[in-house]
Amino acid sequence: MIATTVSSGVAVLVVAVFLTSCVEMVEALTIVLAVGHTRGWRSCFEGVVAALGALVVLVAVVGPALVRVPLATLHLVIGIILLIFGMQWLRKAILRSSGLKEMSDEDVRYQKTVASLDASDVTKSRDQVAFVVAFKGVFLEGLEVVIAVITLGTSAHRLGLAALVASVAVVLVAVVGALVSKQLTNVPENAMKMGVGIMLTSYGTFWTGEGLKVRWPGGDVELLVLVGIYLVVTWLFVAVLRRRDSVLEVAS
Amino acid sequence: MSDRSPWPLRIVKGFARFWWDFLVGDTPELFVAVLVVVGLVALCRIVWQLNVLALVALPLLCMAALGVSLGRAQRTSREK
Repeated sequence: MIATTVSSGVAVLVVAVFLTSCVEMVEALTIVLAVGHTRGWRSCFEGVVAALGALVVLVAVVGPALVRVPLATLHLVIGIILLIFGMQWLRKAILRSSGLKEMSDEDVRYQKTVASLDASDVTKSRDQVAFVVAFKGVFLEGLEVVIAVITLGTSAHRLGLAALVASVAVVLVAVVGALVSKQLTNVPENAMKMGVGIMLTSYGTFWTGEGLKVRWPGGDVELLVLVGIYLVVTWLFVAVLRRRDSVLEVAS
Repeated sequence: MSDRSPWPLRIVKGFARFWWDFLVGDTPELFVAVLVVVGLVALCRIVWQLNVLALVALPLLCMAALGVSLGRAQRTSREK
């Protein structure tokens, strides 16, 4: 029983961190490729390395410090952050699935980034524009991964595992991106976002409850129950919005 | 227009802007709803000692908040 509860919590943690990291890194990769192809690779790589270094320092400093915060407070604060973050992702993914919002398109993101970069004056040994854009892209997308790693990792007492899973996802996306040397357009980003939204909302609900001293009947297994409930509700929301939208379209 | 304030202030501003965008962004209703839900569940569990009500209300109210936000998004999209 104990093994089951531990493994169900760990499984949700691993999948949530892995998917979050993959989605954010696909977005970062698109920016990096746009900068590299337009302004050259040297300063672009320097920006990427600087951003990754800053993120590693952030995890190393903030992660262990959070362990000293009282557990109930930590669970409540992390639960609230995860709930808000998860519901935002879920909302966006539901709106995209039901056709009320345009699908995220890496081709469009790539073209926008290229258009915003002026390819002239790139003969200097250090290209500040390339450095800054690559740094900002990787740092800001990476910051969301760091928040997922720290919040999920510390609340489940598995910060090391969460960091390892995120690193694997980052390396995997980077390797695939380098091999195809192209933005990853065919990744089912919305399905992944929906999965992440469901898992973050489930974790958020669970930890908020723990922080408020709610006694969950099945312990950690309740996480899987919450994932199931949110999955069904998400499917219902998509179906209802699609139906309502088609009815309104016919009426108009 | 570039920000000419001193760099420590720029860092603080950037940090505050990141958290604002991260937690509130274009869905302030979700941010407010989650705080209201947490307040109500805290009342149920800590003040009235109603564990079952608290554990049912928490996911239920979150789903209701999500539903309201989606309805609002659909109306906005229709108006456009």
